Amino acid sequence: MDFRLKALTKSIWVFHVSAGSCNNCDIEIFDCLTPRFDVERFGIQLVGSVRHADALLVTGIINRKALPRVKKIYEQAPKPCVVVAIGQCALSQHMFRFGYNAPEPLDKILPVDVYIPGCPPKPEAIIDGIVKLVNKVRQKK
Amino acid sequence: MKLLFSYLIFPGFLFSAVIGLLAGWFDRKVTARIQWRVGPPWHQNFTDIIKLLGKETIVPEGARLTFLLSPYLGLLALILASAILGEAIFFPTPGFIGDLIVVIYLLAIPAIALIIGASSSANPLASVGASREIKLLLGYELPFILAIITIIVKANGGIKLEDILNHQSSYGSSIFSLSGAIAFIVALLCIQAKLGFVPFDIAEADQEIMAGTMIEYSGLPLAVFKLTKAILITVTILFLIVLFLGKDLSPLFLILKFVMILVIIILIKNTNPRLRIDQALKFFWGPVTAMALVALFLAVKGL
Repeated sequence: MDFRLKALTKSIWVFHVSAGSCNNCDIEIFDCLTPRFDVERFGIQLVGSVRHADALLVTGIINRKALPRVKKIYEQAPKPCVVVAIGQCALSQHMFRFGYNAPEPLDKILPVDVYIPGCPPKPEAIIDGIVKLVNKVRQKK
Repeated sequence: MKLLFSYLIFPGFLFSAVIGLLAGWFDRKVTARIQWRVGPPWHQNFTDIIKLLGKETIVPEGARLTFLLSPYLGLLALILASAILGEAIFFPTPGFIGDLIVVIYLLAIPAIALIIGASSSANPLASVGASREIKLLLGYELPFILAIITIIVKANGGIKLEDILNHQSSYGSSIFSLSGAIAFIVALLCIQAKLGFVPFDIAEADQEIMAGTMIEYSGLPLAVFKLTKAILITVTILFLIVLFLGKDLSPLFLILKFVMILVIIILIKNTNPRLRIDQALKFFWGPVTAMALVALFLAVKGL
């Protein structure tokens, strides 16, 4: 296996993009960092600047105001960078899909690598999604 | 050849980087244990550096050339400092007159490199971070130098690292006198600010200005900055050992002293909230400088 790829999957720095969510998915993401789940064991760290990010955790329906900004944030992230859609809203816009303020679901805007459903998803589900993502990235090379 | 070896490998770059990255892991592990977490494996910081080397480097629009050059300025200056200190500790050579002063200057350069890099990155949050870093630098340099002058006075005016070590090996470590103990506390607080650890991580406050000075850095330059920070941990703690605990420098005692100072720094880091920049400046120019002056006065009186 590629040395660089191994380092990348052992030290994922995540950046949290909240694009019009109700805050529940955001709370569940922070639960992953708490003592009970502690994803720092696997080298996963939350970073403040998108320039340091390896993964974007997108939550919420991408509303009309957030859409150009989400695109911009993805362009600002250094590649290789993966996109994780967390929560039913980011997957399919949930019950807001006929709303005036919900133009497009996330995977029409960005190349989404892994979907984590749930409203909100449990921390176990998020960790499971990250494990699937790591396996996918390692096989893809 | 010998010079190059000591600059690049033994007391210099490779040695201090490995020790610094391990110390960084120790910091993360102890922090995790304090918070009842498990914490990362021992190679985590090495993995982070390797990963950053493989990432894309983005140069923001409007950034100047110094944006890419300043990380190396800090790193090269710091390697020189670690080589001088390491030579003084591991191979007691005569050194040269005033190498203590050279080390003080070299220890200020990483902060200056960070300021130059941040202010040439054309980002408003980075410029806020840079201005905070400048104020912090002005804040802690004064008591730090006063604490070092205390040690110089105690070593009968010797401004060579060797003089200070010799004085301590014949009269006992300077921390065990009253003035030395006060100066040690002052220097420890200044080291805390120099390393940018909580409560003095004002310049790169993750939650308010998003990594501040480092906000625009990615890939290789960010890895160089992380490495600089790791080496800074090694160099500053070795410097404290030389100044205050220089009695017995056999490997076992050296490691024990290193870990002890590191644990004190980590405990201060984990039990304090972040200060505002004005509070930090008041703290350093008020009580800490007063303590340093008291230590200096006591040292002149011979206590």
